Amino acid sequence: MDWIVEINELTKVYNGVKAVDGVNLRIKEGEIFGFLGPNGAGKTTTILMLLGLTEPTSGEVKVFGYNATRNPLEVKKITGYLPENVGFYEDLTARENLAYITRLNRIPSEKSSTKIEEVLQLVGLLEVADKEVGTFSRGMLQRLGIAATLVKEPKLVILDEPTLGIDPEGVEQILNIITKMGKEEKITILLSSHLLHQVQRICDRIGIISQGKIVVEGSVDEVGRKVIGGGTTQIQAQVSELNPALLEAIKKIKGVEEVEASGNFLNIRCNKDLRLEISKAIVENGSFPLLIKTQDYTLEEIYVRYFRER
Amino acid sequence: MSAIGVIFWKEMTDYFGSRRFLILFIIICLTGISVAYLASQNLQNLSLLPVEFTLLGFFISSAGALPSFTFFVSFFGPLIGIILGFDAISAERSRGTISVVLSQPVFRDSLINGKFLAGLVTIAVMFASIFLIILGLGVWTLGFVPNLAEISRIGVYYLATVVYIGFWLSLGILFSILFRRTSSSALTSIMMWIFFTFFIYMIANVIADQVVPVPAVTTPEVIAKNEAIRRGIMRISPATLFEQIATAVLNPSVRAFGFVTSAQISGLLPTPLPLAQSLMIVWPEFVGLIVLMLICFAVSYVVFMRQEIRSV
Repeated sequence: MDWIVEINELTKVYNGVKAVDGVNLRIKEGEIFGFLGPNGAGKTTTILMLLGLTEPTSGEVKVFGYNATRNPLEVKKITGYLPENVGFYEDLTARENLAYITRLNRIPSEKSSTKIEEVLQLVGLLEVADKEVGTFSRGMLQRLGIAATLVKEPKLVILDEPTLGIDPEGVEQILNIITKMGKEEKITILLSSHLLHQVQRICDRIGIISQGKIVVEGSVDEVGRKVIGGGTTQIQAQVSELNPALLEAIKKIKGVEEVEASGNFLNIRCNKDLRLEISKAIVENGSFPLLIKTQDYTLEEIYVRYFRER
Repeated sequence: MSAIGVIFWKEMTDYFGSRRFLILFIIICLTGISVAYLASQNLQNLSLLPVEFTLLGFFISSAGALPSFTFFVSFFGPLIGIILGFDAISAERSRGTISVVLSQPVFRDSLINGKFLAGLVTIAVMFASIFLIILGLGVWTLGFVPNLAEISRIGVYYLATVVYIGFWLSLGILFSILFRRTSSSALTSIMMWIFFTFFIYMIANVIADQVVPVPAVTTPEVIAKNEAIRRGIMRISPATLFEQIATAVLNPSVRAFGFVTSAQISGLLPTPLPLAQSLMIVWPEFVGLIVLMLICFAVSYVVFMRQEIRSV
């Protein structure tokens, strides 16, 4: 498999404090990767090193095979970056701001004007394209920021806290745009955020960073099993009638580690998905399963659990 | 077009379209016109100069209570440079545009080079138009065409003016890099301006008098020594350097600065010097001014290249 972003043992020391401490990270083509962590955990520093805007103390970053520290221009040609608190020239219109960016990217003007039209359409700012950016709301600025990452037809887009300080409707719009970018335009996306349920909704994989270290990485499900279940699967079942024989039978199933009962609900912890065996046991012991499901992990739980344990 | 070119044109359009520039430009034009007009009303002042250089008088003669154009430039010119430069980088930072621009495929120095060049060209255009206005007024009142010697002297003076204001521009840019907040950058720049145009006189006097006290009855050697120290300190100030260049270039009879003994000037022919000779007198000052501007720019450059881009 081709990794388009490879971060190896990346370290950045600011005044003797390790802001980023031996980070290893891989991102594959076409995925939406969620980069999570509390404020000050090292997300933005990692991103800046990814773009060659900050020099790492040690370690290396490769984007599409280009070393970001030694060859930042090549990386910046194919990478769109939406910084935290993005801003634009307030006395220029949205269209003029984007045109400036296309000129900085040496995109010929006959090509750029159609591209600008296209991205403004995508982020829903076409009606206000000729208004001065000074009149824009936070949410509109953020969407213009996303448009600015897209005008240069990037292969990778890095979004740093794209939904921070935006009302719910605006957040919804932005998440839709991001999903569209990822799924329809096939752009690889690195999304940093601490707003968990949004990340969970759109990301294929996540990595959690804390105090400069990547503590866990994988799909939301994998991470959840690792962090909350300690590698186990939780099954919840509701039965029509709970009797001691049934409890005993379930406990005897191979792979079940613990059974808890409350009312006619059962919480079963096992080392793999044993729903079939459990339903069979329920029926054989004179009861009926009304509900039987594996527990979903929400990122919030993972996150809270993880950082509470620290 | 290269990245520097793109940034340069963007900054140029910004400067020329801004209200700030318009106000500055109107003030400067009015000053230039009024000074030149008053000088033309006072033509007998111009007779201080050799007759073939009468046109130069429009730049150096003062009419009544109003100071000369040269004085205006050396005194208020720095404000133009500062106003064009003090928020060059800090405004980009506070607006959050700096990370947008630098995440495009441009080298980091393109931003600061483009901005500095755009500022310098703006200054050059601004002063070219004022100089032309004054020249035009001069030719109109005097009624004869300027000769080559006059034009070349005015050309050299024009270059010195652009370099001098360019120094203040690069100082403004330097502070806009060093300070995160635009207001601190503006205040520090203004402080430097006040220091170099007002306080340096007092400081130079105090230090010179401390090092070589001049008693009531004294020898010329002591006065000469005191004066040498005073002038040495004054030379730190770009305003002093510029004033000396202006004096030597615009007044062809000026042969030396500072303390001159009567033995040194005995037998002197009161003919005007050729431009090359006048330039010889102020060559160190000219080079000093250029070096000051370049040092300021180089420091900005180095600081900016090593600075963190993070907007918070």
